[in-house]
Amino acid sequence: MAAQSATATRSGLRSALPLLAPAYLWLTVAIFLPLSAMVFFSFMTELPLSGKPWAFTLGNYAAFFSQSLYLTLLLASLRLGLEVTLWCVVIGYPAAYVLAKVLKGRSREAIFLLVILPFWSNGLVRIFSWAMVLREGGILDTALNAVLPFKINIDLMYSYPAVIIGLVHSYVPYMVLTCYLTLQAIDDSLIEAGRSLGATRLQVLKRIIIPLSMPGLVAGAALIFVPVVGSFMEPRILGGRTGTFYGTVIEDQFVAVFNWPLGAALSFILLAVVLVILAVASPVLRRAA
Amino acid sequence: MRMPRLTILLTATAVLTSALALAASAAEVHVLNWKGYGADEPWAIAAFEKATGNKVVNDFFNSEQEMLTKLRTNPGLYDVVMINAAFNDQAMAEKLIQPIDVSKLSNYADISPDKAGSPMLDHDGKVYGVPWVWGLTALAINEKSFDKPPTSIAVMWDAAHKGRVVIRDDAVEAVQFGAIATGQNINDIKDMEAVKAKLTSLMPQIKTFWSSENDWNQMVASNQIDIGTYWSGSADRAKTHFKLPVSLVIPQEGAVAWLDAFSIPVGSKNVEGAEAFINYMIDPAFYVEWVTKVGAPVSANTKAVAALPEDAFNRKVMGDPEVAKRIQFQAPITDAQREAYLALWQQLKVDVK
Repeated sequence: MAAQSATATRSGLRSALPLLAPAYLWLTVAIFLPLSAMVFFSFMTELPLSGKPWAFTLGNYAAFFSQSLYLTLLLASLRLGLEVTLWCVVIGYPAAYVLAKVLKGRSREAIFLLVILPFWSNGLVRIFSWAMVLREGGILDTALNAVLPFKINIDLMYSYPAVIIGLVHSYVPYMVLTCYLTLQAIDDSLIEAGRSLGATRLQVLKRIIIPLSMPGLVAGAALIFVPVVGSFMEPRILGGRTGTFYGTVIEDQFVAVFNWPLGAALSFILLAVVLVILAVASPVLRRAA
Repeated sequence: MRMPRLTILLTATAVLTSALALAASAAEVHVLNWKGYGADEPWAIAAFEKATGNKVVNDFFNSEQEMLTKLRTNPGLYDVVMINAAFNDQAMAEKLIQPIDVSKLSNYADISPDKAGSPMLDHDGKVYGVPWVWGLTALAINEKSFDKPPTSIAVMWDAAHKGRVVIRDDAVEAVQFGAIATGQNINDIKDMEAVKAKLTSLMPQIKTFWSSENDWNQMVASNQIDIGTYWSGSADRAKTHFKLPVSLVIPQEGAVAWLDAFSIPVGSKNVEGAEAFINYMIDPAFYVEWVTKVGAPVSANTKAVAALPEDAFNRKVMGDPEVAKRIQFQAPITDAQREAYLALWQQLKVDVK
């Protein structure tokens, strides 16, 4: 019996192999090999490409701990990740709820399209359009002053809020999409049953809708938090003087001084920290979900 | 039966593709340069292609380090590369560029002797870089914000311009700027603490760190800045080509000067085309058109500068012996120095957050 099922599994695997092969080949070539090369580089003194003698070292990882600069920036980036994720929940969750439960038919399709639209444009284009909106004398400033009776001066460009706005705009569709999927799966009769048994709207939200849609919230938060912590393009362009983050420092190591080993080491420290955070958070989140 | 046919098909495709690639590369000149820096001007490419039959393919970099990385990781791809003279030594030591037979370049004889004889470009009697243009990293002002142009570098620290000052996001440029502001030799900085203190007091003045000409020009166009560090050729281009209210200021304390040169990478598949392209780039006819239409730094070719009108900025101001006394040419920097400068620059940027 056991042998039979083992054979069945094996033959199942064999027939699945042609289907899996392209994906695994792609993962090996495009992700596993470059990543392993980067792990290798992070333990080297010099890059072999530069033609200089090199040796193995732990110095690149030690550099992180020897200077307070990197830790300060890592904390700033983690805080940025949390804030952006929070704003994405605040903005994305209600939108997803309306899409899943309130709107029907054509209007749902139209709103859905508007949510996904930013995905179809290039990231840099989006950031530069924000630059036009946020600066002093820009679109937001001009429009508000044209409407309001008193004079206000809006110059959000090159500031921390500008970085948050740019990142939230880039990442909020992830939250809308993941929450939409779980919210749509909630059976309407559960909500009706709750209401008919005397629960208020708030109680229905707290006891039925939020717990049932938790997997979507968690997935969305993870999808947003991880890339935001390592982001460098938005802070650099929108942040100005305050736009130095952990991601921009890694970029500098690769682009400005050709110190790939240090850049790689800093990246893996970030990866480790993010993994630890997700590991610590996962039991809590799983219970919540 | 099916497999061999597939193999034949694949082989045929591969052969065809490589034949096409070979045919295409024979007459192509792959040029690596800053974007919007002369070599990619459409009228210039058209004129060169018409004269020589070579097709120009441009590729760009955003920093000298990126340029070196592109040369290291794509051997044989590029035929011409534009290298700041201070990096020529490193590129040669890494065997990224090859000696140039200057007898093939008819315009080489007109290059000013002090540039052509630069020890940064000539090694063991061989020429590794053909001087193209030189210029300054000085200050540029938004003319709307000043009644009369400032003369001292101290204006960057003036509280009246707080939050309307820019500086390039480049550790070496920032440190050398600090060296000039503290009256030191940019190639031999003795008192790094003074530089750090001076730059620390500059940081609160700063609006943002620019990285491309486009950043700078947009901020002036939308009247967001008063003053900042800028390259002389870019300031000229902003005024001539983009009609922006920008003018260059060479402060009395001095400015950083740089020399840009063309080299031929090791493994170039079209050395002849590369030589023709470099020769065209240092030709007076190209230079005059570049200055007039677009705006450019100062040519290393004396005949090209002499062909400009007498009151042209690049002839009158940049050729002024008084200016020549104030400027300091950048010398090569070691990797250790560059990393130390970056560490200092990053610390400054974190402290101001």
